[in-house]
Amino acid sequence: MIIFFKKKYYIIIIINLFILLSFSNAFCKDYTYININNPFIKKIPVAIPDFKNRTSKEYKIDYGEKARQILVNGLSFTGYIKTINKGAYIYMPSKTGITKQEINFKNWTIIGAEFLITGVITEIKDNIKIELRLFDTFKENFILGKIYTGAKSDIRIMVHRFCSEISYYLTGEKGIFNSKLVFISTVKKNKEIFISDFDGYNPKQITHHKSITLSPSWSSDGQFVAYTSYVKGNPDIYIQNLKKQKISRIGFKGVNITPDWVPNKLVLAACLSYSGDHEIYLLTIKGKIIKRITNNWGIDISPEFSPDGKKIAFVSKRSGTPQIYIKDLDTNQVKRITFNGNYNTSPAWSLDGNRLAYIGVGKAHNNIYVIGTDGSQCIQLTNNAGNNEDPAWSSDSNLITFTSTREGVSRIYVMTASGDEQRCLLKLEGSQTDPEWSLVNANN
Amino acid sequence: MTKRILINLGLLFMVSGLILITSCAKKSIISESANAQIVTPEEKLLTAEEIAKQKALKNKQRIREEELKQSTSKKRFQNQDIYFAYDSSELMPISQILLREKSAWLGKNSSINVIIEGHCDERGTTEYNLALGERRALAAKNFLIDLGISSSRLDTISYGEERPINTGKNSAGWAKNRRAHFVIK
Repeated sequence: MIIFFKKKYYIIIIINLFILLSFSNAFCKDYTYININNPFIKKIPVAIPDFKNRTSKEYKIDYGEKARQILVNGLSFTGYIKTINKGAYIYMPSKTGITKQEINFKNWTIIGAEFLITGVITEIKDNIKIELRLFDTFKENFILGKIYTGAKSDIRIMVHRFCSEISYYLTGEKGIFNSKLVFISTVKKNKEIFISDFDGYNPKQITHHKSITLSPSWSSDGQFVAYTSYVKGNPDIYIQNLKKQKISRIGFKGVNITPDWVPNKLVLAACLSYSGDHEIYLLTIKGKIIKRITNNWGIDISPEFSPDGKKIAFVSKRSGTPQIYIKDLDTNQVKRITFNGNYNTSPAWSLDGNRLAYIGVGKAHNNIYVIGTDGSQCIQLTNNAGNNEDPAWSSDSNLITFTSTREGVSRIYVMTASGDEQRCLLKLEGSQTDPEWSLVNANN
Repeated sequence: MTKRILINLGLLFMVSGLILITSCAKKSIISESANAQIVTPEEKLLTAEEIAKQKALKNKQRIREEELKQSTSKKRFQNQDIYFAYDSSELMPISQILLREKSAWLGKNSSINVIIEGHCDERGTTEYNLALGERRALAAKNFLIDLGISSSRLDTISYGEERPINTGKNSAGWAKNRRAHFVIK
């Protein structure tokens, strides 16, 4: 079975050279090893010995080590896999092979590794071939194996595809590896939109408005980013087609802000104030109003659709302070979700549909909280380290990206959905805000 | 015939008399002015010039004063922001006084149109502050409309927390940033 991915990447993935060797449970997709939404999750220990390089030594860069490091970092990014330090490995690299028959699994179980990943690199001029295999060390099983061939410059894409396979095997979710990150960065005192890989690598500026630009939002298919910009003076909504480099504008009188796409449709919700009141409307991609969603004097802002598109979370000041509400779009019932504190905004719906991340503005600090969509089980994820804002979920609902001023200037951070492993994602010049991961690879 | 001669003679006398009178008067003026011949005319000329100058100066000063008054009141109109409480778009009593002053100035300067900018401090969240900033601008606009200023002369824009005027990260700095600012178009 051969799958041709985008020719642009020159990647041919040859799957299942090893299919006959694998056991049936590896392909039983309903079976999930771990529940990544458990906050007390034990990290899965994985061993990844040095990759073998089958190329003659005329090549200067060690792509074997490079590929291994990308794999280690990628798996670590998930928050539920840890790679055991190489220093603990007890094996003879020269005598250890890469296939099941050549591996002594006891060497790996004794150091606590539950899984083993082996790799082989072959360099062919500007291209590279990477063979990767995943084994269950306790069951002494071969689980899955893939061969990727492509340009050397696409090594990250190839290794991350294997990370996706591992993630899918372990959790039933493809994980975040094909996702792109959109965010705002200041450029010469202006705010512009950037897009990078899921982990902050390869940031590229995609707007050059030389203006204030805010609140980027991905369409489900990753083809469009909607955002607010002051490029024509007024805060209007712009919809940028990333493939065709086309931009359209929605500019009613007053503010046109906080766009959010209806899942799997090219329809969006946004806050407009042309009536003199801030209300949330449903709009076509061309800016035609389909209907008004909120109808209440006072600020109604920041719509956020549930993953099934049937409900909408938003911020309203109808009770006197900004709080988060959920409206059922079928029954039109509105329910207040947050009651703690007098300033709760920026709801972000987890992709499993069960939780909302939001910001609670306190007297001294803004912190990120997660609450059940029924208003129960509210937990605080950041703890007064600077101001923490703009939460957004990964597509497997396992990670939350956000911005923090804990080190002074605002930067983009990532943490697990239980608040663990908070770390800075990227450091660019200026300050960064408003991160959001796409559901799929925006280049697909 | 004799009548005609008499009239002519009479006219002659009158004319000559007139000539005599005027010549005498001229003489007397000349003799009078003869004493101060060098000084007086020049002095008179000077004072006339001075008066004209002074008048011009006074006029200029008056215009300047008026302009100054106008420009200070214009500057005051532009520079005097009105401030708000945290997470509030309600006009405080002092703001209402300032807005009355602004409406009076707008009444006098009926050709001027204005953009009212709404701003917030950094403490809230970006998106919510965009709405709050607009509420602040609209509160000021609606108050001016109630005082009789045409709504067509008043535009609003919200900058949320994007354009702080004070970078202080303390209550004094934040208070300065929660404002409606007036810009003449």
